[in-house]
Order: sequence, then structure tokens, then C-alpha cells
Amino acid sequence: MKKTVLALAVGLVLLTVWGGMVYAETEEIRIGCLFAVTGKAAWLGEPEKKTAEMLADEINAAGGINGRKIKLIIEDDQADNTRAVTAVKKLIEKDKVCAIIGPSVTGTTMAIIPIMQEAKIPLVSCAAAAAIVEPVAERYWIFKTPQKDSDAVRRIYEHMISKGIKDVGLITATSGFGDAGRTQLKALAAEYKINLVADETYAPTDTDMTAQLVNIRKANAQAVINWSIEPAQAIVPKNMKQLNLTIPLYQSHGFGNIKYAEAAGEAGEGIIFPAGRLLAVDTLAADHPQKAVLTEYKTKYEAKFNEPVSTFGGHAFDALHIVVNALKKVGDDPAKLRDAIETTEFTGTGGAFKMSAQDHSGLDKNAFEMLTVKGGKFVVLED
Amino acid sequence: MDSGGQFSDFLQFLFMGIQRGCIYAMVAMGFNIIYNATGIINFAQGEFVVLGGLMMVTLTMVLPLPLPVAFMLTAAFVMAVGVLMERATINPVKNPSVLRLIIITIAVSILIKGLAMLFWGKESRHMRHFSGEESLHVLGATILPQTLWIIGALVLTVGLFVYFFNYTMTGKSMRACAINRDAARLAGINDRNLIMLSFALSAAIGAIAGIIITPVIQMDYGRGALLGLKGFGAAVVGGLGNSFGAVAAGLILGVIEAMAAGYISSHYMDAVALLILLIVLFVRPSGIFGDREAARFKEF
Repeated sequence: MKKTVLALAVGLVLLTVWGGMVYAETEEIRIGCLFAVTGKAAWLGEPEKKTAEMLADEINAAGGINGRKIKLIIEDDQADNTRAVTAVKKLIEKDKVCAIIGPSVTGTTMAIIPIMQEAKIPLVSCAAAAAIVEPVAERYWIFKTPQKDSDAVRRIYEHMISKGIKDVGLITATSGFGDAGRTQLKALAAEYKINLVADETYAPTDTDMTAQLVNIRKANAQAVINWSIEPAQAIVPKNMKQLNLTIPLYQSHGFGNIKYAEAAGEAGEGIIFPAGRLLAVDTLAADHPQKAVLTEYKTKYEAKFNEPVSTFGGHAFDALHIVVNALKKVGDDPAKLRDAIETTEFTGTGGAFKMSAQDHSGLDKNAFEMLTVKGGKFVVLED
Repeated sequence: MDSGGQFSDFLQFLFMGIQRGCIYAMVAMGFNIIYNATGIINFAQGEFVVLGGLMMVTLTMVLPLPLPVAFMLTAAFVMAVGVLMERATINPVKNPSVLRLIIITIAVSILIKGLAMLFWGKESRHMRHFSGEESLHVLGATILPQTLWIIGALVLTVGLFVYFFNYTMTGKSMRACAINRDAARLAGINDRNLIMLSFALSAAIGAIAGIIITPVIQMDYGRGALLGLKGFGAAVVGGLGNSFGAVAAGLILGVIEAMAAGYISSHYMDAVALLILLIVLFVRPSGIFGDREAARFKEF
């Protein structure tokens, strides 16, 4: 009898403690993160995860949001649509998150948009395609931080026109990012009176693009545009060098990781691409509005992880900041959160965000700077 | 003149195809060695290639060791992995049915992939070409010196292995094992040791493939599956177990892919290769160079 009473008492104490823990846990603000930490887009997901964790630690160390700590629940989707869908369902149903940041790539983002719309939870994607937030009427709960691919295309075409380039050969990766870019490149060509004389593709895992480049040469292109986020994009300049193809090579903002330039080696010199200003923060004027935030992020990231900063980590930096700023204003009710995110005005790594009911990206083409590779480093293109 | 004529374009596509084909052929040969000794398909073959490439990058770019030393060390390392794999996962299996062993190789491939990710990280690794990156001009087309290295390595390994399997006692014993393991054992052949040797050899050929292709294609931990798949396709088209067939089929697949990219459309390059694989499997399930009679006795 005594034993039973004792057991009951112990049980009660345990229950109270456990209950207290559960209660304490609900006090946290849960934010879901979906990144391609491993898999073919790990170059994107890895810095995004590190950045998000670094920021969350900072915020919690400073006392959290209105006294409540934030808890990131990070899922790895491996840039795989099926995994992304499963992970996002888990985040919504089991972890009861109030918002999700990520995923890293366009393909997975497109795959989870219907789920986010149905669950009525805001999503701030770290992927670039304009199709993620357009048409905005069908993307009520969806936002994104990277600059739009259509704006990258505009910057490239504007630069080409200033150089008198009219005939252009396309080579794009058959990934979500590459496909979306190819669509924008084709759609905007007429507006800038650019002739697309060749339209070639390669698989993200491909190893040799000489055949495609020979066809671009045959079409008498004056320049090549290579649109990809995969490491394979560094093979294109190498193949061009092999073929002695000396026309200018433009790449997308997906080139924004110095490791790609390293992989391309000597052949990478002179590549022109649009990118956020994070990569060339050293050559940015001191009074530029982004200078402070860029320098701070770059210094902290590089000191903590001992590796060069990339634009992709910056997308996660912006996404988490946008969610946190909204949380500070309205708390963690998803519907209120969404409305607050829609009124975001924030200077981040990607540019000066100004979101509205008509624009869930908040950036225009001025968020891009034209960069080039010089001496193995990214510098602002001067001309 | 840069924009060459029709013939030089064709030649350029051909070079690209041969380079791809050599890679497929080397992976296919790795499959064949283990298949010949054990009758199983080693799905960790692509991982051997990855390990070879990544180890070579570390030894030459990080340490840095001279090429021949790094080459030997890398080959020895991957062979050790192959032997370890056989001793730890294949050898202890009590009732070694073909299906069971194949599933084990899939598990090992996932394990190796994970370990490679831990050790080398997720990004693509690149290394310098063996002898300069200036391309050579051949009748209006260009070819990288590294491609010549790849072709040379293939020719050399094919020669060595053909000699080994047809003219040495050990090689012949391995083939005997493949045809009928019980009979081979009764004839006094130590089948367990031969199987270990076959893993060491196919690991070595995987390592060589990885070492010579990494300068051209870059290497990352996740590349094994696709390399394995294409190599497996070449092995099947060539007729499983047939070294000559593997090389021929690898080259055919590579050249067809390159021609498809050049003359039809780069969008359908992989589809064309898969179509060829399907047609071969429908028309000649034993492969172009496979023995129909022998195929009937295989265990699948």
C-alpha cells in the first residue's frame, strides 16, 4: 500500500515537471526551416542553415522576441520535392510552426506552395524564380527573399545592349532554377530586341558541355548566357576555353559563391554576372545603405564558420529577419504574421525590401549589381 | 578559324563522346569483375570512383604530393576500402543468395556516400589537370590533354584485365568461380579469397577512373549513384561479365549521347541514351556482346 502511494506521488511529481516542460515549450516561438542541407543543392542549403542557426542564437542570447525565445526546427529536404512535401507537412502538423523559411531551390518551393496555401501558414522562400510569388493573387501566403530572376535577366540584357551584343546563345541547367531562368530569358528577349540564336541545356550532374557550346558557336552567337546553380556551371567556362570560344560569358546570380569561381579557375576570369552586393561588399561605397548590414553579416559569418560568405546564406538571413521583424510587431498568429510580412520594409543582404499586397518579393532590379571575376575574386564590374 | 566546318564539329562531338564513353566503360568494367567472380552486381561501384577522386584531390591539392605517389596511395586506399567491404559485409553472410548480397552492396554504397560527405564535405572538389589545360588542335577540333590520359588509362586497364582473366591462373580461377562456385571449390579453388581479390580489383579500377576523370568533371560525394547507373547501363548493354563488351558499349553510349546533344538537341541527350538501353534490353536481353546461351543460366 505504502509503495503504491509512493509510486503515485512520484508519478504526480514527474507529471507536473513534464507538464511544466511542455508548457514552457509552447512558450517558445517555433519557426520551421526547410533547407537542402545535403544533396545536390547542399552548396545553398548549408550556408542557409548555418546562417539561420547563428541568427537564432543571437536573438535568443539577446532575450528573444518580446521575452519569448525562438526555436528553429530545421528539416533537410535534399532539394527533393517528395522530401520537401513530407517535411513541410511535419513542420505544420507536428511541430505547429507559425511560419516557414526556405526551401533553398525553386523546384521544392513550387512543390510546397499548395500545402502552404491550404495550411494558411506564411512561407518566406530562399529560392529565386519570379514564379514563386507571381501571380500574387494565387500566392497569398508566399514570399521570397532572393532577387527575382526576371530582374537578373533585365540587368544582363541591359548590359549586353550597352556592349552592342544582339545574338545570344543560351545554355541552361535542367533544374528548377535553370528552367525558370530559361523561361524568363526567352520571355524578355523581345523587349530588349535580343535574338536567342541557340537554346541548349545540360543536366545538373553533367560533366561536359562541349557539344552544346559547339552548337552555340555554329549559331554565331556574340555571347553566351549560362543559367544554373549547380557546380556543373563551372564546367561551361572550362569547356569554352577548351574550344577557344572567346565570346563573353554571362552567368546568372546562381554563380554567387566564390567556390564556383575557384572551380572554374583561370577559365572563370572575366565572367559577368548579376548578384546581390554581399559578394563585393569590400568594393562598395561606404555610404551605401546596405554597407552596414552586409559588413556585419559577412564578418560574423566568416569569423564563426571560417568559410567565405555566399549570397545563399544571405537569403536565409533576410528571410529570418523578415519573419522575426513581423513577429516582434504582431506575435505568432500565422494570419497576423502574414499581414505583417506583407508590409515589410527592411534593408537586408539582398537589397532594400519593400513588400506590398502586389509585390511579395519587395526587390527590384536595382538590388542587383553587375559583378565580374578578376584575379579569382568577385568585383563590381566597372563600365 | 574558330567556327569550324561540319567535319570538325563532328570530330568535336566524337571527342566528347569518347571521353564520356571511357568513363562509362571503366565503371562498367568494375561491375564486371565482381560480377564475374560472384555473380552479383556491386552497387557501391560508383562510390569507389567517388572515393578515388576525392582522395586524389586531398592528396594532390591539400597536402600536396606528387602525382604518381598520390596515384598509388589513392589506389591503395580505395582497394583497402574494397577489401574491407568484402570482409565485413559480404564474407560473413551465412546464406549468400544473389539478391541478399546485392542489397548489402546498396547498403554499403549509402554508407560510403555518408562517410564521404562527413570527411570531404558537400561541395564539389576540383583538381588540376595532369599535364596542362591548353587544348590540343586536331583537324579543327580541340581535345584536352586530360582526355588523352583518360583514353590511355582505359586502354591500359582493359589490356591488363583481359590478360589477367584469360592468361593467368588466378584470373581463370575467378572465372571458374563465377560459372559454378561449388564445382570450382571441389577443384581446389579457394573461392572466398578470390571474391576478396575481385573486390580489391574492382575497387582499384574504380579508383583509377575517379582519379583520371576528376580534373575534368569535378567530384563530390553524391556523384556515385549516377556514375554507377551509367556504368551499369554500359555493362548491361555490353553483356554482363564481358570486358570487351563493357568497353564497346560504354563508348557507344557515350558517343550516342554526344551526337544526340550535338545533332538532335541537348534537351534529349539522356533520354536518347536510355532509349538505346531499353531497345537493347528488348531485342537482346543478354546485351549486344553477351552470350545468349550463358545468359540463360544466370541466376536473375
